[in-house]
Amino acid sequence: MVHLITELSKYTMLILMALFTYQGFSALKRNCPPAKQARKVRRQTAYVYLFHCNAYAVLWFSMENPDLLVLYVGQVLFFTAIYILYSTAYRKASRLVVNNMCMLLAIGFVILTRLNFETAMRQFQLAGGSAGISMVIPFLIDRVRSGFRKLTWLYALAGIGMLGAVAVLGVATKGANLSFTIAGITIQPSEFIKIVFVFLIASMLYTSTGFLQVVKVTVAAGLHVVILVLSRDLGGALIFFVAYLVMLYVATRKPLYFFGGLAGGSIASVIAYFLFNHVRVRVVAWQDPLGHFELEGYQVSHSLFAIGTGGWFGMGLNQGMPGRIPEVKKDFIFSAIAEELGGFFALCLILVCFCCFLMFLNIAMQMKDRFYKYVALGLGTIYGFQVFLSIGGNIKFIPSTGVTLPLVSYGGSSLLSTLMIFSIIQGLYLMHQKEGGARNDRVKEKTKQPGGKQPGEKQNAKDSTGSR
Amino acid sequence: MITYLFLGLFLLMMAYLVYFQVFCSEDFINSPYNKRQEAFGEHVVRGEIRSADGVTLAQTLVGEDGTEVRNYPYGAMFAHVVGYDVNGRSGIESFANFNLLRSHAFFLEQVLNGIQEEKNPGDHVITTLDYKLQETAYRTLGDSNGAVIAMEPSTGKILAMVSKPDFNPNTIAADWDGIVSDEANSVLLNRVTQGLYPPGSTFKIFTTLEYMRENPQSEDYSYECTGTFAGEEADIHCAGGSVHGRENLIESFANSCNTSYANIGLGLDKSSFSGLCKSLLFDTDLPIQYPTARSRFVLNEASTEFQTMQTAFGQGETLMTPLHMALITSAIANDGALMRPYVIDHTENYKGITVKNYRPSAYGVLLNQQECQKMQEMMRAVVTDGTGHGVYLGNFQAYGKTGSAEFSNTKGETHAWFTGYAVNEEQQKTIQVTVVVEGGGSGGQTAIPIAKALFDAYFN
Repeated sequence: MVHLITELSKYTMLILMALFTYQGFSALKRNCPPAKQARKVRRQTAYVYLFHCNAYAVLWFSMENPDLLVLYVGQVLFFTAIYILYSTAYRKASRLVVNNMCMLLAIGFVILTRLNFETAMRQFQLAGGSAGISMVIPFLIDRVRSGFRKLTWLYALAGIGMLGAVAVLGVATKGANLSFTIAGITIQPSEFIKIVFVFLIASMLYTSTGFLQVVKVTVAAGLHVVILVLSRDLGGALIFFVAYLVMLYVATRKPLYFFGGLAGGSIASVIAYFLFNHVRVRVVAWQDPLGHFELEGYQVSHSLFAIGTGGWFGMGLNQGMPGRIPEVKKDFIFSAIAEELGGFFALCLILVCFCCFLMFLNIAMQMKDRFYKYVALGLGTIYGFQVFLSIGGNIKFIPSTGVTLPLVSYGGSSLLSTLMIFSIIQGLYLMHQKEGGARNDRVKEKTKQPGGKQPGEKQNAKDSTGSR
Repeated sequence: MITYLFLGLFLLMMAYLVYFQVFCSEDFINSPYNKRQEAFGEHVVRGEIRSADGVTLAQTLVGEDGTEVRNYPYGAMFAHVVGYDVNGRSGIESFANFNLLRSHAFFLEQVLNGIQEEKNPGDHVITTLDYKLQETAYRTLGDSNGAVIAMEPSTGKILAMVSKPDFNPNTIAADWDGIVSDEANSVLLNRVTQGLYPPGSTFKIFTTLEYMRENPQSEDYSYECTGTFAGEEADIHCAGGSVHGRENLIESFANSCNTSYANIGLGLDKSSFSGLCKSLLFDTDLPIQYPTARSRFVLNEASTEFQTMQTAFGQGETLMTPLHMALITSAIANDGALMRPYVIDHTENYKGITVKNYRPSAYGVLLNQQECQKMQEMMRAVVTDGTGHGVYLGNFQAYGKTGSAEFSNTKGETHAWFTGYAVNEEQQKTIQVTVVVEGGGSGGQTAIPIAKALFDAYFN
């Protein structure tokens, strides 16, 4: 009986995920009328609850742990609280972003519960706390507005200071100096410095995009990256570098900077390969994981065993052996999902992450305030590139860099910083809505008249992806 | 532009995931390090292994109380090639383990089985093995130890693979301790892929190829065989005290004249010869799923005159697996192109609907057309005018080379070799056969009758 439920649920969960993904992208379409869009977004919300319920039902039958019910009810209340908040206090925020955020959190909760109940419990507590903290951010952004763009020096000091402190004082965790512990809580500052870094670069580029300023920006970004490389956080260094490059390019519109930077980055990578042993280890594991199974390739091999054996439809929740993959709760969570929920589900997951990225860029395109435009762009790049590094490393598309999958992986710092990023984006959606709100209402009135096509109409439809 | 850049990255990543699932996942799933396969047996009854002509070679019998027994109807006949399912597994049972433990029964049927808590029927593995050929090889090798392999040169399909001494896979779990402790016989060793034998005169194929590469005018070669070649350290004699008289290259090859090859060997460039052997799969892992041993070839500037002469006609320190010899022969028969040998043709669900087809794939081109033509001509001469006359008669045209390889210091004890192929133009079929009979004396006497029986069985 348990086997049957597990087997059937493989397909029902995949269908729910596929429908969720489809609705998300179809709501993104520019010519989607607001009413239809609202319907799609409501359906998406239903899919989140159904998927979550379906998955916990399977876990309940196969794990036979009565505490699961408590966890399940707690999480349902958590999601409901988020939805209520966004449909009352932040009505103008993007429901599509909220849906994607909740779906990713739900997938993370489910797979972590399957891996280890205590971990899942802890993750849920962290999520509750993080969501509470980040909830005020949209409000804050909306209130403070222009104040954030003047804090350049503060950002620089905080960023370089914190990273430097960690590099010098920090404890070595898994070959990288990434974290320090205060009062029993281990914090990875680089997760938060990412956000500060984006604000720093945005504020500098807002001031000017002249050559001298570009040099200054490059020096500031370079300092961050060098400190990260020295503390052996390669994934972090790459993410910072790419965010800097993208923001610089969009601000200056000079392809030379972009491609020059790309070339510089490539040369630096080659140098790093010859200079650092831990870089070579990753590359060796990427080239031939099975050939170096005992040592370098152990982790990637296990990841690929999981993904390969799972096949297209997966082994079914609780039917695989994801526990064999080292670091499965953090860096290699995607492999566990692919193993038990299947390759098709994993592809949908990639698409959902990409949908989030598109929503980030969407608001970046629409912001009139250049500072916040750069912020949205920088945060979007950070999110998108981190997803790429994490999943790409898991499936051996690129060498593994040991970064988490945002919102899905276990870990308080990663969770809080990602929720903060999502909240900042929501704050921008709110701000944008207020900026353009009056105009939107005008356009709506006019389109009721026959033949009342307005230049702003297309813009209006695009805007409405962010609103209900 | 940034959007498209990321879109490109994500699409590439998704495409790679699809590519991995379709093309690479097999290697990882079937890796012995992957412990996930063991769990499948709880929900699936292991599928059957069958020959290409539909004979069941391995099946799981389920008793009334649900106990499962793996049964091999032909006992030891397919012991090494099919393998066993206990004690770490071997052969097809090992590398097709995943396929056998997956069920592609119809979806609703699987649902129904799930409700009734019954196991699903696993997929069947259909091999390229030909029952008739395997039976012939097994029977004709008789009580001798040795190895026989038959392949289709144009595809790489393995048609038969016999290694003796053998074991009964039905009782191997019970017999295990006795088998493992019997070091003298190495029963579990698959002699086709892991047995290292001195190649004897079959190695003259390699020496001849090297001579032709160094001497474009190889037709002009001429040598007067007096039965003895006087070396500085020791003399070389032709087998059985024969005196072959004046010979060209083809006649030397067909007569398997040791003194002529000692003469050729001394004139060859040693490093170039080593290079040729390396390119012809010496000291290389052979492309097959069975565990293999690497063939060995030693010739360098430090080699003495005697060693050089010995090496030229397949004695010395040279050791080869029968599979290696079979692959080179196949490449010659296939005009230089070597196909990867394979033994699984396809898998199907228990109702006979194909799940996955395995297609022939090329390993590479080992020899050029011209070399192959000359080699084919010589191997034909062995059958028409030389030591391989035993496979002359039949409804096929046979090519080959015999060998009698000395393996101990006690004079006279030799392994009998034959490697060759046969073509029937009407049927448009070619079969390659390599035989080693341990202590079998001369190739012409004991190895050739086995090859002849296989050729007859294949074309009739």
